Amino acid sequence: MSNDAVLHGDAVVLPHSGVHHGEHHEHHHHETFITKYVFSQDHKMIAKQFLITGMVWAVIGGLMSVLFRLQLGYPDATFPWLEDILGKWAKGGRISAEAYYALVTTHGTVLVFFVLTAGLSGTFANFLIPLQVGARDMASPMMNMLSYWFFLAASVVMLSSIFVETGPFSGGWTAYPPLSALGDASPGSKTGMDLWLTSMALFVVSQLLAGINYISTVLNLRTKGMSMTRLPLTIWALFFTAVLGLLSFPVLFSGFILLIFDRNFGTSFYLSDIFIASTNKALPNEGGSAILYQHLFWFLGHPEVYIILLPAMGMVSEILSTNARKPIFGYMAMIGSLFAIAILAFLVWAHHMFVTGLNPFLGSIFVLLTLLIAVPSAIKVFNWLTTLWRGNIRFTPGMLFAIGFVSLFISGGLTGIWLGNSALDIHLHDTYFVIAHFHIVMGVASMFGMFAGIYHWYPKMYGRYMNNTLGYIHFWLTMIGAYLIFWPMHYEGLAGMPRRYYDYSVWESFKQFAELNKFISTVVIIVFAVQLLFLFNFFYSIFKGRKVTTLNPWGSTTLEWTTPIHPGHGNWVGEIPEVHRWAYDYGKDGQEFIPQTQPVGEHESHH
Amino acid sequence: MFGSGKEVDTQSSARSNLRFRTRKTYNLQRTKYNVQLRKNLNVMIMSTVTSPERKRIHPHKFTMWLALGSIIMMFAALTSAYIVKKEQSNWLLFPLPKIFWYSTLVILFSSLTMFLSAKAFKARDMVKYRTLITLTAVLGILFGALQWTGFTDLQLHGVKIFGVGSNASASFLGIIVGLHVVHVLGGVIALLVLFFRAFSNKQKIYSPVPVEIVSTYWHFVDILWIYLFIFLSFVNR
Ligand code: HEM
Ligand SMILES: [Cu+2]
Repeated sequence: MSNDAVLHGDAVVLPHSGVHHGEHHEHHHHETFITKYVFSQDHKMIAKQFLITGMVWAVIGGLMSVLFRLQLGYPDATFPWLEDILGKWAKGGRISAEAYYALVTTHGTVLVFFVLTAGLSGTFANFLIPLQVGARDMASPMMNMLSYWFFLAASVVMLSSIFVETGPFSGGWTAYPPLSALGDASPGSKTGMDLWLTSMALFVVSQLLAGINYISTVLNLRTKGMSMTRLPLTIWALFFTAVLGLLSFPVLFSGFILLIFDRNFGTSFYLSDIFIASTNKALPNEGGSAILYQHLFWFLGHPEVYIILLPAMGMVSEILSTNARKPIFGYMAMIGSLFAIAILAFLVWAHHMFVTGLNPFLGSIFVLLTLLIAVPSAIKVFNWLTTLWRGNIRFTPGMLFAIGFVSLFISGGLTGIWLGNSALDIHLHDTYFVIAHFHIVMGVASMFGMFAGIYHWYPKMYGRYMNNTLGYIHFWLTMIGAYLIFWPMHYEGLAGMPRRYYDYSVWESFKQFAELNKFISTVVIIVFAVQLLFLFNFFYSIFKGRKVTTLNPWGSTTLEWTTPIHPGHGNWVGEIPEVHRWAYDYGKDGQEFIPQTQPVGEHESHH
Repeated sequence: MFGSGKEVDTQSSARSNLRFRTRKTYNLQRTKYNVQLRKNLNVMIMSTVTSPERKRIHPHKFTMWLALGSIIMMFAALTSAYIVKKEQSNWLLFPLPKIFWYSTLVILFSSLTMFLSAKAFKARDMVKYRTLITLTAVLGILFGALQWTGFTDLQLHGVKIFGVGSNASASFLGIIVGLHVVHVLGGVIALLVLFFRAFSNKQKIYSPVPVEIVSTYWHFVDILWIYLFIFLSFVNR
């Protein structure tokens, strides 16, 4: 069945071997457990490492949200078992304020960076780029491996911050100073913040190593005939994602360097005129500006949300087209809109700062640029819908999640237009409306993209299928649950309910939401439980899933389905296939699909 | 499951061939693959058609260019932050240390020696090559030392760089110049690696690629310094 035995070991044919001092190294080593699963340089294995590490983080981060939702839904109740697991952080069975903030902060950091950045693009860029462009591996498998190990190191440091005496950082995932700059500002600002910064610095290194590799591979290692305009949209999306990361993470890094100096070396980049109540001391720092940090942070922060979203967009385009058995509508428009989004992503960061005293004239320019993003976004939505239109749709779990993504992207994108208007944002900023907006459009939508990708490429990853019935249950409950959780938050936000508060029951104006909050928290628990079902399905299917028996189970046109069912390191046995056409010849000239490897026939019509 | 019969046929035959493949044939494949790779490299950036006549770029060099892109973004962020901060209150104005002029000369000169050493390498004049990269590395270290002296000079004149009572204007200078020096020292380490490789008896190295990559990097940190120097001189007026 499999070619594993044939390829493993000596198949370490790396793209450099052709040019590496003009000589060939012989690889006489055997594949041991260590080289195959731990220090692997095979992009497919690295992808799985990213995926599984990401899943571990998703469980931890998700569990954190369940805990703080307990506080929000049942502010008066006590849960003695909480004290058992959290100790002093939940004295008397009620989560303390410090613990609450620490949970919210870590949830945000972990989900944004570790799950939806590393877990999502780390997995699928690694897995799909070489397979879909027709390469043996990444441009530099070594750097690729390092990128995973830096990510793992970042993970370990972040995880350790949960267990320190003073707790993890608790000033929000954006780590604004002064909370992030002054150890005395809160318990979490002490060791927890040092670890947070260390972890994030490692993470930035991991992202840069990864991004350089992805770009280099897409541009340099495409197989014969694979011109840029024959690439599947997944690759285009992952390519732009990598470009965004390469250009924006260094900026975050600069911001962190200044922050580290403010924290540890007495500088005043972000600090000015501060009196700390807990120590009863006035600080000598003068002339710093906390807003400066916000500029640097959001210059990364906004591209970051697209770093999270673009891979999902790419996979959804691919999965929709494959399962609608129709070519993607407006292929070039899809690339163009990805490009436009990538450019605009760098020009809109100040929409997170409308209420910082930003010059209103400048603000209006940012309103304009922000609203411009709606144009490429709308093009994409239009193209997805027209791709589905009158398609011969196969409702696989992957397809359902892809369709769910489109729905979520529309709902969340529309509220983005509300927020993009500074006049409205002055009211809505830092309320639950924002929470609802970005969880739907980024959090849940990208999670759906990830689920779609996993269900769809699982047969290629593990040579088995995931269970469909469990997949359907997973989809419907998650879809309904996500809307039930986040839709009502819009109303809370419109009523002015601020985010990041520990207890709303003490405010007269928010008492009306007590029942609603309880309802949301209950749904959260159910939806979390449903994700465990997914995890079970995932791990069970690795060992016991139905075996894949054909090379190309979804009838796809793309290259990854021309590899053996269990591709070894090097992906193709023998020559890499040549590509003769774009990736979307579905339903053409009466044929259900035509693989990219098939030469264009003489009498073929043009697409 | 969904695959049409025809599709599976072509591929499964390719697959069954390979079940008995030995290591030797695999190596053969590998050589073929390398040829394929060279062909692939012709497919140039962003071009929609293959254009073999265009000069191909070595993947490692390409990777270096990408890395330079992110270093540029890092310094762009710092200098932008510098401008933003400068427009706000409490900004100390002070003249840059005179010694920065000397360090500028040193780094410019080091670019020249770097250029000549790469040339010597290609001419296979290994003695000259080794002397020149040593000289370049020494100049790099000298550059770092001069920058350091500049800062002690500032301190002597009462401009505090870090710590209590420092002004953001001086701290920015410290961070920007300091980070640049770190990048130069990174280059020095790369030069040392080249240096020791040139002495190693185990293998003769003919590929100019590593030298070219280091030299690209070296010229880059040089140009970066010129930019920073001009920026700091003019924006601080
Ligand atoms: C038409 C498109 C969009 C517009 C006009 C838009 C606009 C905005 C604005 C103005 C804010 C700031 C709200 C505030 O804090 O007061 C915001 C927040 C946010 N948006 Fe969007 N958005 C759009 C799409 C997206 C997409 C596609 C994503 C992610 C994939 C996203 C992720 C976020 C996140 C994460 C935040 C909140 C960050 C935080 O404060 O913690 N947005 N959006
Ligand atoms: Cu934004």
